[in-house]
Amino acid sequence: MSWFDRLLPPKIKVTAVLSKKSVPEGLWQKCDGCAAVLYGTELERNLNVCPKCSHHMRIPARTRLKAFLDDGTFQEIGAGLQPLDFLKFRDTKRYRDRLAEARKASGESEALVAAGGTLNHVPVVAAAFEFNYMGGSMGSVVGERFVRAGKRALELGAPYICFTASGGARMQEALLSLMQMAKTVSILNRLRLAKVPFIVVLTDPTMGGVSASLAMLGDIILAEPKALIGFAGPRVIEQTVHEVLPEGFQRSEFLIEHGAIDHIVDRRELRTLIHSLIVTLGFDAPIEAEAELLFADE
Amino acid sequence: MQQFLDFERPIADLEAKIEELRRISPENPVDLEDELERLEAKCRKLTRDIFSDLTAWQVTQLARHPLRPYTLDYIDRLFTEFVELHGDRMYADDRAVVAGLARLSGRGVVIIGHQKGRDTNEKISRNFGMPRPEGFRKAQRVMKLAQRYGLPVVTFIDTPGAYPGIDAEERGQSEAIARSISLMADLKVPIVSVVIGEGGSGGALAVAVCDRLLMLEYSTYSVISPEGCASILWKDADKAMSAAEAMKLTSVELKHRQLVDEVVAEPLGGAHRDFDAVAEAIRAAVERHLDELVGIGIDDLLERRYRRIQSFGRYSERN
Repeated sequence: MSWFDRLLPPKIKVTAVLSKKSVPEGLWQKCDGCAAVLYGTELERNLNVCPKCSHHMRIPARTRLKAFLDDGTFQEIGAGLQPLDFLKFRDTKRYRDRLAEARKASGESEALVAAGGTLNHVPVVAAAFEFNYMGGSMGSVVGERFVRAGKRALELGAPYICFTASGGARMQEALLSLMQMAKTVSILNRLRLAKVPFIVVLTDPTMGGVSASLAMLGDIILAEPKALIGFAGPRVIEQTVHEVLPEGFQRSEFLIEHGAIDHIVDRRELRTLIHSLIVTLGFDAPIEAEAELLFADE
Repeated sequence: MQQFLDFERPIADLEAKIEELRRISPENPVDLEDELERLEAKCRKLTRDIFSDLTAWQVTQLARHPLRPYTLDYIDRLFTEFVELHGDRMYADDRAVVAGLARLSGRGVVIIGHQKGRDTNEKISRNFGMPRPEGFRKAQRVMKLAQRYGLPVVTFIDTPGAYPGIDAEERGQSEAIARSISLMADLKVPIVSVVIGEGGSGGALAVAVCDRLLMLEYSTYSVISPEGCASILWKDADKAMSAAEAMKLTSVELKHRQLVDEVVAEPLGGAHRDFDAVAEAIRAAVERHLDELVGIGIDDLLERRYRRIQSFGRYSERN
């Protein structure tokens, strides 16, 4: 602390800085792609895709799901599941504090939001990773919510769609996080056996334990443009091989070239495309009163 | 290269002294038998003392000990009629993964294991036990073979992790791991996995989805290496010790949390001090578990495996 700080208590300084910021947060946003300054509401209407350069910015899980499902059909699955700091894990911060911060930063109770609903009147189950919640990392709650949504898809015989955005497994839950890879994969085996389609949409970024489990096991694997997708992070690879990584390495376009994914799709086209895919696969029954009841009991 | 760890130094020093004494003993008129016996007892006690209270980091170092037995050392001692099966039939033969057919007390089994190298050349050819996608695909191929002929699968886990390289990413490292996990989750034969050294992350899990998970006493199993965890969470790779402690990656901790079915005790001073003894302990444990598993009908076995996998996770729930 400098002599000046000592004279002037930091508290006063902080309020002074805050009062200077007169523009409400989120009103204007800068595109990460073309640096254009964009009006918040316009960007939101465009699903966080830059209207100027089509750069896909991240989008909150809940916003995405509500935009993906038909209006008013969003029925959340597993919302009551809450994380526990069962190891009393502490790095530079305590895990429980990180959880509280993540909740505040994202407005979500965990890094996966799942819901039943309809897509152009066809019943579906959808889940989306929330990157603002500890980097979308997969721990016990993410695994359990993913599985419950999968089970709902099985009950309904409805296609299961998952939007991934994750740094990987959550280190603070240690080995149990690794086990979520097996847990999510094993429910997908059941879906495959029951011929219930699982469609993955890989979004920026999809790495590590999430990439090496549920993300690569879609019947159909879609990806948003320029999303970073891979097992090991670029920095780790660079440190291991001591080479400069090729241009566009681990991006969607790189993956499709190497045969790892089916299709790259603009976020604004996802609803239409996925609806078309599931209808072609034979899932075209519009929602019946019976199915509506099933959604209602959550 | 130094063949003992820092905390093993007092033991190594004492052993060197005993060795020295023993060499001069026959030509020395003074009877050194008593002195030798005293020193050996002292050495045993010292080893016991040091090994009775190891930190998670020390266990991590033991799991990576340069003299530690590797998969092929166990294959030699546990099985007969081993025939290695090479290649993934698509791209290459990954030498970081060993696979093959063998017999365990006469019973046909399929073996899969990570393989580290002993000297520099072998370390490189084995890629330090870090598989590329073709390693996992080779494993998948032989698992399907096992399923076709109803042979139990025994896997040995000993890897720092799947290889983080450009080529590995190009050939679909994530897909290879995911596909292996998927296959093992519903493979229609019993699977017993033994962590013999490092159980490193997805590269370990890809061959460790099983009905019974055993761990050698001084082996580790974790979601990320302590160094990796430290560099991400502490922003300082030197905090690996703290990360190892925090992740509770030792066999004892994991058994305590019911993530491991059995901890196989190691000889005094660790597996590297007596390959035969530790191999025998593993053989006994693996056979015992296999005997139990083959008695379970396959549908029942798969349902149990499914429930075991689904039970992973700790959370609270409110309405």
